[in-house]
Amino acid sequence: MSQHGHSNAHQHNAHGTLKSYTVGFVLSLVLTVLSFGCVMSGAVPQHLVVPGIVVFCVVQLLVQLVFFLHMGTAPEQRSNLSIGVFSLLIIAIVVVGSVWVMHNMNAHMMQPVIQSMSSSIG
Amino acid sequence: MSSAAITANHGVAAHGADHEHHDDGSKTLLGFWIYLMSDCLIFSGLFATFAVLGHATAGGPSGKELFDLKYVFGETMLLLISSFTFGLAMLNMHAGHRNKVIAWLFVTLLFGAGFVGMEVYEFHHLITVEHAGPDHSAFLSAYFGLVGTHGLHVTCGLIWLVLMMHMVGKFGLNDAVQRRLSCLSLFWHFLDLVWICVFSFVYLMGVL
Repeated sequence: MSQHGHSNAHQHNAHGTLKSYTVGFVLSLVLTVLSFGCVMSGAVPQHLVVPGIVVFCVVQLLVQLVFFLHMGTAPEQRSNLSIGVFSLLIIAIVVVGSVWVMHNMNAHMMQPVIQSMSSSIG
Repeated sequence: MSSAAITANHGVAAHGADHEHHDDGSKTLLGFWIYLMSDCLIFSGLFATFAVLGHATAGGPSGKELFDLKYVFGETMLLLISSFTFGLAMLNMHAGHRNKVIAWLFVTLLFGAGFVGMEVYEFHHLITVEHAGPDHSAFLSAYFGLVGTHGLHVTCGLIWLVLMMHMVGKFGLNDAVQRRLSCLSLFWHFLDLVWICVFSFVYLMGVL
């Protein structure tokens, strides 16, 4: 009996069950419909559309990581988790850094160039 | 090479060194996870490029004029369902149902191929009908680069799926096949994760 319980718990942690896959699938489905609905329905106030898309995206990423990729804090998955978190840090630096630097370049350098070009042409 | 690996694993299993073998499998999965994270960095570079160049349309069409959200919703559903059916294949693998594994892998293959087919048609439509090929503007270069890279990954996944269906059929669900299926499972779900970011940041935000 206890053996059975143990193997069940192991099964759940390592590979998931039909229930966990179904829950993950239904949640993903709902979140996908919500994020498309955010844009397509037109019922969402304009200033809430972008935050809505970002929130639904992040939540769906977490849902799939937990239910499909079986990410967790169990000891055998610690190394996966720490590698994932480290990658997330690098990705954040690459993406936020690029957008930040290029936005500053656009704001401080592109505008005068265009003006001087148009003034020299005109 | 693969048959040698399979024979070697049989040897290990026959000698009852179960713990040692198990360790080997988890190391392979950890290595594959590290590969996936480096793949993540490729995609993050492409996403950063798209974020920077997304508005540089050079007087050409913007995402608002080009993207058809209903079509993208269809693609998203195909990929999401294929992710779920792959999960069912993995459950059957752990339960030891060989034929059901092949059947669910085949269903996954159909949905994945449907996704790639829709994407190829979308690209073809953009280039020939809308005259918005990757050489038209920086926005379109970044778009084709990002979405195309994801499409190539899914295509590689489809080839891998066919190979695994063949291997399950030929060798059964032995340790090497199980390990490879686990890697492919990670790969396939990972591609679904990337697609979530693609439809959120490229398509949904592109039409705003």
